[in-house]
Amino acid sequence: MAQMTMIQAITDALRTEMKNDENVLVFGEDVGLNGGVFRATEGLQKEFGEERVFDTPLAESGIGGLAIGLALEGYRPVPEIQFFGFVFEVMDSVSGQMARMRYRSGGKYSSPITIRSPFGGGVHTPELHADSLEGLMAQQPGLKVVIPSTPKDAKGLLISAIRDNDPVIFLEHMKLYRSFREDVPEEEYTIELGKADVKREGTDLSIITYGAMVHESLKAAEALEKEGHSVEVIDIRTIQPLDIETIIASVEKTNRAIVVQEAQKQAGIAASIVAEINDRAILSLEAPVLRVAAADTVFPFSQAESVWLPNSKDVIATAKKVLEF
Amino acid sequence: MATKKKAMFDAVKTLETIEDQFEMLQILDQEGNIVNEAAMPEISDEELQELMRRMVYTRILDQRSISLNRQGRLGFYAPTAGQEASQIATHFALEKEDWVIPGYRDVPQIIWHGLPLSQAFLFSRGHFLGNKSPEGVNVLPPQIIIGAQYVQTAGIALGLKKRGKKAVAITYTGDGGSSQGDFYEGINFAGSYAAPAIFVVQNNQFAISTPRDKQTAGKTIAQKAVAAGIPGILVDGMDPLAVYAATKDARERAVNGDGPTLIEALCYRYGPHTMAGDDPTRYRTDEMDTEWEKKDPLVRFRKFLEGKNLWNEEKENEVIETAKEEIKEAIKVADDTAKQKVTDLMEIMYEEMPYNLNEQYEIYKEKESK
Repeated sequence: MAQMTMIQAITDALRTEMKNDENVLVFGEDVGLNGGVFRATEGLQKEFGEERVFDTPLAESGIGGLAIGLALEGYRPVPEIQFFGFVFEVMDSVSGQMARMRYRSGGKYSSPITIRSPFGGGVHTPELHADSLEGLMAQQPGLKVVIPSTPKDAKGLLISAIRDNDPVIFLEHMKLYRSFREDVPEEEYTIELGKADVKREGTDLSIITYGAMVHESLKAAEALEKEGHSVEVIDIRTIQPLDIETIIASVEKTNRAIVVQEAQKQAGIAASIVAEINDRAILSLEAPVLRVAAADTVFPFSQAESVWLPNSKDVIATAKKVLEF
Repeated sequence: MATKKKAMFDAVKTLETIEDQFEMLQILDQEGNIVNEAAMPEISDEELQELMRRMVYTRILDQRSISLNRQGRLGFYAPTAGQEASQIATHFALEKEDWVIPGYRDVPQIIWHGLPLSQAFLFSRGHFLGNKSPEGVNVLPPQIIIGAQYVQTAGIALGLKKRGKKAVAITYTGDGGSSQGDFYEGINFAGSYAAPAIFVVQNNQFAISTPRDKQTAGKTIAQKAVAAGIPGILVDGMDPLAVYAATKDARERAVNGDGPTLIEALCYRYGPHTMAGDDPTRYRTDEMDTEWEKKDPLVRFRKFLEGKNLWNEEKENEVIETAKEEIKEAIKVADDTAKQKVTDLMEIMYEEMPYNLNEQYEIYKEKESK
């Protein structure tokens, strides 16, 4: 075990897989000599050489096409999109192409590609760096979308993502990169994609969440506990496909649920989770399933982040509405 | 008193100097005469005959495909007549281990690279088995998103280079496609990695109804190679020998590690853009059609080969009969292919089905069993 930040755990996962499989290639804007704008790929080019870890021209669409082509020659590309707000430049390569490769070739080809990309608010980034766009990805058949919230989850999930033979979007929340350390096994291990994790057990209310909102929800759960409410916090970790079993089992136990996301209410994945609960566990519900989400505006100018981003207070308020329904 | 400032730098002259570099390579004129002996590729008599055979076959394939489309026995179809030199002679310069990344009009190239005709027809109809090319046949299905094939080609070519293979990736787009961002990113990426790629632009003068001069103020499309810092060449796309020579040359440079080439093949499509309701009489004149028909690649190559005693009517009819026979057979194979089920489509989404598909699979399996 070693104490690692999430960014260190990510680098560790990349190093592990680069050692394990010579087909793993890491590339993107400034990921080589520079080690990435967040140091996620620090030291990798020195250790594995320019053939394995390399910089690209500044063009996201080209990076997506490069990944697709390299995969067709048997490589296992792990490209980086510097900030996920730039995904619009590469939407065709991701949603229009790699997500469909296996299907459109009748199963002959596949895209064993893991796209790593930072996102998320709370660190006062300039425009289009922090937007939560996972909802767009979750709507595209052929993709899997993973969002870790802890160093330990990040390493195990990233190793699984890289080994997956279909494309995986691996979104890394910038606020969580260095916000805390935790014990992370030094050896290799995997965490199955599509499996949620119960981060806190409880009996009165289920909070279903992901990304930075996991920590806001845990903070809220602690406060609610002091008021006598036992709250379960489920970190879904993979937002597509969802771990329906874990979600439904929890709701059937607690009979009350809220879904918490950082994205705007009209975006993200919360609406889909509410619909799944309504489809599968409506007879267990003592109250409607409510959502905590950001306002339906464009992501805020950086000085407005604190009043715009959902936080533990919003979680507590919504939890109480459901508990007191 | 204001006086006119003397220009420090003649930017217009710079542009004209660059544009003048892109002279059109032609080897055979319209009458089938060699006009550029120095550029004549090394090619055997048998190869010359095989190239003609493939071009004639492809012309028949186009005629039959249009007719089968009108009968409702084919679906999506983008006519190819007129482009036989740019499609078939570029392909003829390739080797089996090369990759072909086609656009939607480039079905002939992947057929000659090893895709069975019956599968090409299934692609047209919209059946997943049409796109499942045989193992060892390095082709992608025709790309519908104009430009996407260019960035993917840069990736495949880099892959070939990393693997140390003596092979290239060739891709095709049209004149309209050269306005896309992916067009530029593709050639620029391949250039910066010196990747073994051949980028072909089949400039058939029109992107649906939009004429070539509405795409760009550039005098040629070949000169767009300058923006990527790679060689560009303009060839007579109605001249099979010029097209073959340019591609062969580009391939050699690529496998020798000297990077990609952009080839603009100046050609013409006689038919509509696609069979989905496009009416070329709205934007093309009879005069224009007649003028280009005089440049027909089959006519000039036929004259050239007849002059060398390598071709005659009997040989041509033989090809025509074979083509018609094989097309009939292929349509039959396509007809006999099992209909697609939703469960088939689910099975080719992922290596392992996620929970949502698993659940839906059972529902459709039940439906399909009734």
